[in-house]
Amino acid sequence: MSKYTEAELKKELETKEYAYGFYTDIDSDTFPPGLNEAVVRAISLKKNEPEWMTEWRLEAFRHWETMVEPEWANVRYKKPEFQNISYYSSPKQKPKYDSLDEVDPELLDTFKRLGISLDEQKLLAGVAVDVVMDSTSVATTFKKTLAEKGIIFCSISEAIKEHPELVQKYLGTVVPKKDNFYAALNSAVFSDGSFCYIPKGVRCPMELSTYFRINQAGTGQFERTLVIADQGSYVSYLEGCTAPSRDENQLHAAVVELIALDDAEIKYSTVQNWFPGDKSGKGGVYNFVTKRGLCENRAKISWTQVETGSAITWKYPSCVLKGDDSIGEFYSIAVTNNFQQADTGTKMIHLGKNTRSTIISKGISAGQSQNSYRGLVQIGPRAENARNFSQCDSLLMGNRCGAHTFPYIEAKNKTAQIEHEATTSKIGEDQIFYCNQRGIETEKAIALIVNGFSKEVLNKLPMEFAVEAQKLLEISLEGSVG
Amino acid sequence: MLQIKNLHASIDGKEILKGINLEIKPGEVHAIMGPNGSGKSTLASVIAGHDAFEQTQGEILFEGEDIQELAPEERAHRGVFLSFQYPVEIPGVSVTNFIKTAINELRKSKGQEDMPANEMLALIKQKAELLEIDRKFLSRSLNEGFSGGEKKRNEIFQMAMLNPKLAILDETDSGLDIDALRVVANGVNRLRSQENAVIVITHYQRLLDYIIPDFVHVLHDGKIVKSGEKELAHQLEEKGYDWVK
Repeated sequence: MSKYTEAELKKELETKEYAYGFYTDIDSDTFPPGLNEAVVRAISLKKNEPEWMTEWRLEAFRHWETMVEPEWANVRYKKPEFQNISYYSSPKQKPKYDSLDEVDPELLDTFKRLGISLDEQKLLAGVAVDVVMDSTSVATTFKKTLAEKGIIFCSISEAIKEHPELVQKYLGTVVPKKDNFYAALNSAVFSDGSFCYIPKGVRCPMELSTYFRINQAGTGQFERTLVIADQGSYVSYLEGCTAPSRDENQLHAAVVELIALDDAEIKYSTVQNWFPGDKSGKGGVYNFVTKRGLCENRAKISWTQVETGSAITWKYPSCVLKGDDSIGEFYSIAVTNNFQQADTGTKMIHLGKNTRSTIISKGISAGQSQNSYRGLVQIGPRAENARNFSQCDSLLMGNRCGAHTFPYIEAKNKTAQIEHEATTSKIGEDQIFYCNQRGIETEKAIALIVNGFSKEVLNKLPMEFAVEAQKLLEISLEGSVG
Repeated sequence: MLQIKNLHASIDGKEILKGINLEIKPGEVHAIMGPNGSGKSTLASVIAGHDAFEQTQGEILFEGEDIQELAPEERAHRGVFLSFQYPVEIPGVSVTNFIKTAINELRKSKGQEDMPANEMLALIKQKAELLEIDRKFLSRSLNEGFSGGEKKRNEIFQMAMLNPKLAILDETDSGLDIDALRVVANGVNRLRSQENAVIVITHYQRLLDYIIPDFVHVLHDGKIVKSGEKELAHQLEEKGYDWVK
């Protein structure tokens, strides 16, 4: 069969929408700019949500209206005009091109260097995909394997309809809808996202990747993710992909909530590669994310992130160690180049006894970028024998970038043991010359040095992801010295 | 192999080398001696192509080719190796990973494929034995926390792996105790052949008891002020550098 043309695909999608009854009499797929209660209601209606969900959104919205944008982060940008943003557009992305020949060659070159297959390249670049290469069959097999174990993995919209008891019980319990300005905004207007539930005692047999929810490609501006690992279960979840995302939306405000019940373990890995803006600092995505996990007794949550994209990053994946003997981990590599600004880190809130946390943060700054680590380690009065180890390393390339570390420690229990180590180093000309003398050219030398610097974190990523992330680091820093 | 003609070089406008002439043929070992600040290490850096130094006059011919315009890695690909006086640390990059990268970059420059893993392992094993390096050492981060002796031994290990045509050993004896000195010198001697040449830069005569030079040159204030055979090194040891000034 020949390729879908854009018109054919559009037609089919329209038909499907109608068949499932999602169609409303609003003509356009995109709402006009502006945010008020009517818009929030319309989003909920458009998504055919139950009444409780609509009320939940409205409550978040009413609170958001009373809030102001936070200004404590070490980033400078022009604040978004919230009334100039459209808060709903159809989640189904239409292919923009008929063949790869029409796609930006620079983008294709990056795909090639990342080792992404031709079929995947088409999907990522938004090219209509041949029916022969049936990605849905992969997704179907995948879903079947999960269903056999009782694992639920679907979009959050689907979960609201199919599993309301789980969503109602857990949504907003880790990141309350009034938590912060962006979390409140997300709670009011979230478009879609992922939902995952692992039943008691089940070890998820594969890495769960948003990548496989192929039909919901196009993550959207206000993504909402909820992962629940029931008692004694285990899941490894991968978010994002290494391919560059050229999103039209400037503002992204996602919320991710993780719940690890007694003896459960969640490993959450992210590769974020949103459009960082061009070399002169124009454009680029603002990424304001709230990510938090809750650990019950003996549970463990491990965040691993590789952040190379976005013009502005504001992100602190955190762990609330509520249960006794629970464990929180944060492993991060944040790269900033050109005019990018990142203020990222974590919060480890120790509430239970014998709770342990580890923070390993690696910041790499190049060009004229600013890279800040901000971390809070809080030991509550009940948290006997809590322990934390933090290590923050910064690597600078050139003389015009900046690296900053803002560690906060609050200990309310005398038995706590907290260690903090920080280093700042610069890729030296002597290091580069040493590599050159051994026949290693400068770009390759930088890649080698950067990968060595990031090794402790790269090692925490699932194998395949680690290889891609390593290449991504090299590409992100290309041309930054010379 | 190497011809240096009237070489002048400066750093930040300050002239360090003031007209060096030197010819080295395959199979030869040349020692360059001289007091601190005479320009020994500068000469090594200029041959290797360090861009902090400006070659203001004269020429360096390597196998008949003027290498002034070549980048350091291109010189390395042609077979120039510098054993550094102060090898740098590269945290997180293992000795093995580093040498693997260097070998494969060298092969790439010659249009060859990467060296197959089993071949690489066999070669590493062989050369590590030659320099009495144990396995644990190979997995450590390059030069990070290495003792002076370990750093120098690692330099010679890399030299053994890369098998250069011209090896320049810059103060390889500094920081070595007598046992380490013997191991390193033994390694260098085992790698000598009729095709390769070695320049030994040293302050003291001690290393030259182990690596016997064919020629000795004394460098003073950016010029070679005396050349001779190996006896010259002994004379210098007895009489001191003031003798040649």
